[in-house]
Amino acid sequence: MQSILHFITINQPIIYTVILMIFVGIEIIEKVPSVLHTPLMSGANAIHGVVIIGAIIVMGKAEPDNYLALALGFIAVVLGTLNVVGGFVVTDRMLEMFKKKKK
Amino acid sequence: MNQDLLTICYLIGSITFIIGLKMLSNPASARKGNLLAAAGMTIAILGTIFLYQDVETGYLNNYAWIFGGLVIGAIIGTLAAKKVKMTAMPEMVSLFNGMGGACAALISIVEFNHLSKELISNPNPLFIPHEQPTVFIIVVGLIIGSVSFAGSMIAWGKLNGKVKDFSFKGQNILNLLVLALAILSAVYLVMNPLQHNLLYVILVLSLIYGIFFVMPIGGADMPVVISLLNSFTGVAAACGGFLYNNKVMLTGGILVGAAGTLLTILMCKAMNRSLKNVLIGSFGGNAKTSSTGPVSQGLYKEISLSDTAMIMSYASKVMIVPGYGLAVAQAQHACHELEKILTEKGVEVKYAIHPVAGRMPGHMNVLLAEADVSYDNLLEMEKANDEFPTTDVVFILGANDVVNPAAKNDPTSPIYGMPILDVELAKTIVVNKRSMKPGYAGIENELFFKPKTSMLFGDAKKVLQDLCAEIKSV
Repeated sequence: MQSILHFITINQPIIYTVILMIFVGIEIIEKVPSVLHTPLMSGANAIHGVVIIGAIIVMGKAEPDNYLALALGFIAVVLGTLNVVGGFVVTDRMLEMFKKKKK
Repeated sequence: MNQDLLTICYLIGSITFIIGLKMLSNPASARKGNLLAAAGMTIAILGTIFLYQDVETGYLNNYAWIFGGLVIGAIIGTLAAKKVKMTAMPEMVSLFNGMGGACAALISIVEFNHLSKELISNPNPLFIPHEQPTVFIIVVGLIIGSVSFAGSMIAWGKLNGKVKDFSFKGQNILNLLVLALAILSAVYLVMNPLQHNLLYVILVLSLIYGIFFVMPIGGADMPVVISLLNSFTGVAAACGGFLYNNKVMLTGGILVGAAGTLLTILMCKAMNRSLKNVLIGSFGGNAKTSSTGPVSQGLYKEISLSDTAMIMSYASKVMIVPGYGLAVAQAQHACHELEKILTEKGVEVKYAIHPVAGRMPGHMNVLLAEADVSYDNLLEMEKANDEFPTTDVVFILGANDVVNPAAKNDPTSPIYGMPILDVELAKTIVVNKRSMKPGYAGIENELFFKPKTSMLFGDAKKVLQDLCAEIKSV
């Protein structure tokens, strides 16, 4: 019990960030017209590609002789980049079409 | 100094994500918002590569590997995203989402291996309790990431037709069992972090759960599932943020997790179904039993192309109801062509867009926007329903479940309660379908047997092109 309370105290800024971000996320989406649901989902999809940063850190920390970590880290970097780059490009393509139709 | 710079990079990243998402919610600023978020992401990534310092190991190593991975990922990602057809967008989103989930799971595996070596070599008895929260975060990231990966892959396969719906009796119970087993193993591992092989058991169980979780869910629910998995990946990314005390991963991940969850709920609401209902996959199961139920609903009548051309040319208002059939046939340009020809003849042409027509909310809007259909001609459901009574001809292009009156008057129907387009209020209804086969929810549509309704069979694109030619000659 005490260790849990202590954990909360140590990680207080993170917990605050999490709670506030939950509200921000909800607040932002609430006003979205249904027309933009697909691009929005796609855009959000690209943003969680931020997980790539974790992959880069894993990769960069791996000892040069730890082949398992190197291989897994490398795959993680490739997949994460796919998520980020593919996500943003697909979203842009969708939105490009919206733009054309505007007078 | 460099650390401060990195903090600034992450701050910029977090702010651009929030502002970018906000701008994405407005058609006028959406594209800029996306580019803004992309720019912020680039800054955060470059900052990490060049400025990140680990407490133990200092600056990052293995630059060749990192850049190699980035370049390969960027090239494949750009090519895939550029080449994909408009109709296949939902699949693409699902696929990219799965990549993110897999990335989070891999990070967990590597970090756990790293940690477990330290745990074994460190004799201090206080070390294990000290690291337990870290083990917990790693395991949570692993479970959510792998469920998201496996689920997204199945959703991707389902949307492009490679994976068929599959369910068996008691599958829900088995699903819950697999999940419970994964969670129990996770709890056990957190309690006893030295049992490091258990991590792979958790990995396999999570992957199996991800597959079973999406497998029985019908195609009509795929948008909801993809949106949900999208928010899962967000949470998995946030776990990474926790792990590295990395604020940009944390804010980005939680932001997407929260927004994705709300978006999921909004989609469920549009179909008048509860999230729980979607999650236990009862939709697919129900649809199967009801499609084998009473089938014969009487006779339908066919209409010829020239007759269709005739009634449309002399109508004063035509409402087009697009559905997935239009997307499959890539008929959006032909559809716009029809609209132009009819407008030249003085017919008022509008589009009635059901929020879940196609495979994703907004799918039809994106598709029609590609063909330069004016934004003002696309009516949302409520508005369209107000206009149906004054409409002469409703032309349904490959839509089915979204116009199925069973949603209103058959309480046993699996789509009962879903708001639909009240096309019956119009004077005449022409339905273009490839065959009499039921739609994606797998249920019969009594609309097709109504006296007002005529069927025009064929591929949407070909039918539209022929129809344009016919109308020109009227």
